[in-house]
Amino acid sequence: MSGNGEVLVKVDGLKTYYSIRGSFLDRLVGRTGAAVRAVDDVSLELRKGEVLGLVGESGSGKTTLGRTLLGLVPATDGSVEFEGREITRLSEHDRRLMRRRMQIVFQDPHASLNPAMTIAQAVGHPLEIHGLAKGREEVRLRVADVLERVGLAPAEQYLDKYPSDLSGGQKQRAVIARAIILNPVLLVADEPVSMLDMSVRAKILELMLALKHDFDLTYLYITHDLATAKFFCDRIAIMYLGRIVEIGPSEAIYEDPKHPYTQALLRAIPEPDPRRTIPRDLPRGEVPDAARPPLGCSFHPRCPKAFEVCGWESRDLKELLERRWAGMEEAGFEDEQASVGSLEPLDDPATHARMPGGAVKAILDEARAEDPAEPFWTGVRRIESADGHVEIDWHEPVAPRLLPSGQVEVECHLYDEEALAEAEKRRRSGIPR
Amino acid sequence: MSAVLEVRNLRLWYGTARGSVRAVDGVSLEIAAGSVLGLVGESGCGKSTLGRGILGLLPEGARADGEVLYKGRNLVTMAPRELRRLRGPDLGLIFQEPMTRLNPLLRIEDHFRETLEQHESKLTDDAIRRRSLDTLGRMGIPPTRFRQYPHEFSGGMRQRIMIALALVLRPSLLVADEPTTSLDVIVEAQILRILADLKANFDTALLLITHNLGIVAEACDRVAVMYAGQIAEEGPARDVFAEPKHPYTRELLRSTISLETTELHSIPGAPPNLITPPTGCRFHPRCPDVMRVCPARDPIETRPEPDRRVLCWLYGPDGDIPPGGTEPAERERIALAEEA
Amino acid sequence: MAATAIERLHRRSLGIRRALGPIAEARGMARGMLWTGAGITLVFVLLAIFAPVLSPYGFDQYQAGGRRFAQLAHPGHGHILGTTVQSTDVLSRIVWGTQTELEVVGLALAFGLVIGVPLGLIAGYFGGLFDRAAVLFMDAMFAFPPLLLAIVIAFLLGSSVSSGVLVAALAITITYVPQYFRVVRNHVISVREEPYVEAARALGAKPFTILRKYVFFNVVQNVPVIATLNAADAVLTLTALGFLGYGVQPTQGAEWGYDVSRAVSDAASGIWWTGLFPGLAIVLLVTGLTLVGEGLNETINPVLRKRSIRRVDFAAPSLEPSTEILEP
Repeated sequence: MSGNGEVLVKVDGLKTYYSIRGSFLDRLVGRTGAAVRAVDDVSLELRKGEVLGLVGESGSGKTTLGRTLLGLVPATDGSVEFEGREITRLSEHDRRLMRRRMQIVFQDPHASLNPAMTIAQAVGHPLEIHGLAKGREEVRLRVADVLERVGLAPAEQYLDKYPSDLSGGQKQRAVIARAIILNPVLLVADEPVSMLDMSVRAKILELMLALKHDFDLTYLYITHDLATAKFFCDRIAIMYLGRIVEIGPSEAIYEDPKHPYTQALLRAIPEPDPRRTIPRDLPRGEVPDAARPPLGCSFHPRCPKAFEVCGWESRDLKELLERRWAGMEEAGFEDEQASVGSLEPLDDPATHARMPGGAVKAILDEARAEDPAEPFWTGVRRIESADGHVEIDWHEPVAPRLLPSGQVEVECHLYDEEALAEAEKRRRSGIPR
Repeated sequence: MSAVLEVRNLRLWYGTARGSVRAVDGVSLEIAAGSVLGLVGESGCGKSTLGRGILGLLPEGARADGEVLYKGRNLVTMAPRELRRLRGPDLGLIFQEPMTRLNPLLRIEDHFRETLEQHESKLTDDAIRRRSLDTLGRMGIPPTRFRQYPHEFSGGMRQRIMIALALVLRPSLLVADEPTTSLDVIVEAQILRILADLKANFDTALLLITHNLGIVAEACDRVAVMYAGQIAEEGPARDVFAEPKHPYTRELLRSTISLETTELHSIPGAPPNLITPPTGCRFHPRCPDVMRVCPARDPIETRPEPDRRVLCWLYGPDGDIPPGGTEPAERERIALAEEA
Repeated sequence: MAATAIERLHRRSLGIRRALGPIAEARGMARGMLWTGAGITLVFVLLAIFAPVLSPYGFDQYQAGGRRFAQLAHPGHGHILGTTVQSTDVLSRIVWGTQTELEVVGLALAFGLVIGVPLGLIAGYFGGLFDRAAVLFMDAMFAFPPLLLAIVIAFLLGSSVSSGVLVAALAITITYVPQYFRVVRNHVISVREEPYVEAARALGAKPFTILRKYVFFNVVQNVPVIATLNAADAVLTLTALGFLGYGVQPTQGAEWGYDVSRAVSDAASGIWWTGLFPGLAIVLLVTGLTLVGEGLNETINPVLRKRSIRRVDFAAPSLEPSTEILEP
């Protein structure tokens, strides 16, 4: 199953940022909006003949990474080498030629076929675009051939149908046919089965495996579903907020997930096994805004194992207080809110916060006493009241690095000796300045 | 445990130019107070129509027949005005897409005010606020965000708000139609956690409609497997998953791709069109265990175990099977791509 | 070879049937509107085509066989709808007027489509500076009252273009181009984000191929509706121009608006036929076109389209299981 070692795609330090337009006022005064770091410094290799799974939740940047590889979205920085050739800065003409070699299958089969084209026209269009068939009849013959290959047989039954006449699974087969008719070497499959019924998913995956074998394809399989990825992929890369947090052979990832995020993902998958119940120890919250990622490790606010150097900061304090208040009686929360005041100043990411009112320290002490195991407290270096204010300092974050650990590479301080040592040092020297 | 809602021989058909669609065709169900009943099946099996039909929410041109008994009254024959009054305080509904159900111009506070004022006009402003904040708090939404607008919340938060909006009226039954389909795995699990805990926190029964068997296994007390407008099998979730009786349940379980999957499996063919469904057992064209009796006679519901119901000739009743009926029949050939 | 030609023809006819499907399936109100409107419009089209045959006299004919017609003759024998103060036959003016109206409206629509649709496609798909400039320009045009704009254009062109029909058509065109542009552009912007357009890019299609094969057909569906509704509006604009004296000049052809304006003074002295009949013609044609437009809108527009619903009959014959399978 796995690749023969020859590198087909080499991604190095790839960044794809989207600039978001600021408000009308921002534009008026010439301020540019922030950038969403959809893909933030990703490096990976895709070997010929392998299936690499790119797994993450929505907002993880997995789809953008796939699109950047194909040149559908411009890369902000870094390089992508395809068959030994740098392709991020190709001319339009060269890029069109390259498109014969790499293709994509989209998530929504209902939207990826032009509703105004018959199946014959849609699947045959790549041949016309690249001038690879002479005359309509040849196109039609080759389309019929590839339709039968993807299981739409007898082809005559489907050639003149419109997409609206086909079921979801049939459409996805047509989309796959359109993708392979040019004989590409790389196929990016962006959630190809997630919109399909359970009973059809297996068939489409089986088809893709058979095609991979017959056409010598290499797959980049983008998905949020670790269950299909386990079955389908040779290697898995787990993405979180634009970065790869863990990458390695499938067996290693599933047997011994290293990153707390990978562990959480695996635990959260609902299994049709009556002995299992929904786990109680789920990471809290959701994937944060990629325009304003957390400091340090992006996963630290949700991580049950985060510690001193993971990047604790002011916004984590805001969340802590909000969580506390969500579980409180109204009167209690109103008292506390009155003494803490607006939480808005905490929105600016910083490892230092200054809050008015001496009562804040008491509230924080109480919160700490109620849940001393909360990882947030490991990151707090000092809380001090001074002339009517409370000053809070957090440990400076250490930037996480993707480091080898056993069979996999993982970007987590838990597996980084230097970070662990640094945390230990801070723990000991810590407290007051 | 007493049933909060009882469905008896319910039929929900809607008329189209090509004929009547038998979306729900003779369904009987019971939902015990405070329990979670999962309703599963492929798309196009009538799950959503059933879920909405129970609440009397039917598309134009649809007709209902049979009984939906709630507190001793039949919702099918109830006047629309009365039914509307029940919806909300007694019977709640949670949709798949939370964003489309929240008014983008109204603060969260206003959503709650509107809901509560409509159904419990006697409440004071203070009581409205207290109850809303309490319900939201139990869903993990901090009170500091009570005055924000829907767009300021993430997808998971919006779904929590939707659930809180349904629960603030303390309904005895909540129908949730694919409530987690558009959410990510971890958030999905968080929401399921909330739904599974409804009984403990609100004493609300839940009808959870989903195509994901994993969700049912983890969150439901009982499960009803629906195929082509009928209930193929019903029973305690644990038992049904551990030992499925109906071939459809078994095949559906086998074709689900999970972490334990070692080989791919799929059910040939697609769910039938419901205007002219197959004769006899509706699953017979796709069934690996098809017998001669299956296409010839409508199956009769049996109880192979005290707490389980199955609609399949494999479980008899033997007296109704004509001689030679149990001999295996040849399955009709289904082309590879004749699928959903 | 012949077989494939027939096959291809068959395939094409399938495509056409598919495109016309919703119209054939239209039911109820929409169907009634569509067919009534089409009937009325068809009558006018036939009138225009066969004007030389149907019209008793020329549009500016005031005499026959050396005898001048009576002035302001009552409707009756000789002149079914009477004559005007210039002794022209009212019926003839209406029949010839139909030709003028339809010529101008047809030309205006054609110009409007030819200019507005491609501009909208290009601006919407490529965006950028061209898009901004085009939007600004079109919005500026929108700001003018359409009639005022048409008058200005007619006035400007009147001296250099000799054909009155062409002048009127161009004047009306200018007021409708922004509409096509706007509708097409906005629709393109949403279609541009569809996965099938991105798929076409991934296939290596050139931008103009994408526009032609992927965007165009999915965008133009709305255009027939706007075009027919605009046609109704254009009739009003043209007759208004004529009424104010800026339209087709009396020497160049019959025009209903002009006739109505001439009839204003007649009405005071109890002469009703010179104004009533051209007025009725305007109302009828506008009604016909509007009905077609609204009918199309309801059948094509999926938001308005009502699925045809049949009553459910629970007592319908139950599915008959065949017993033969049981027999060995």
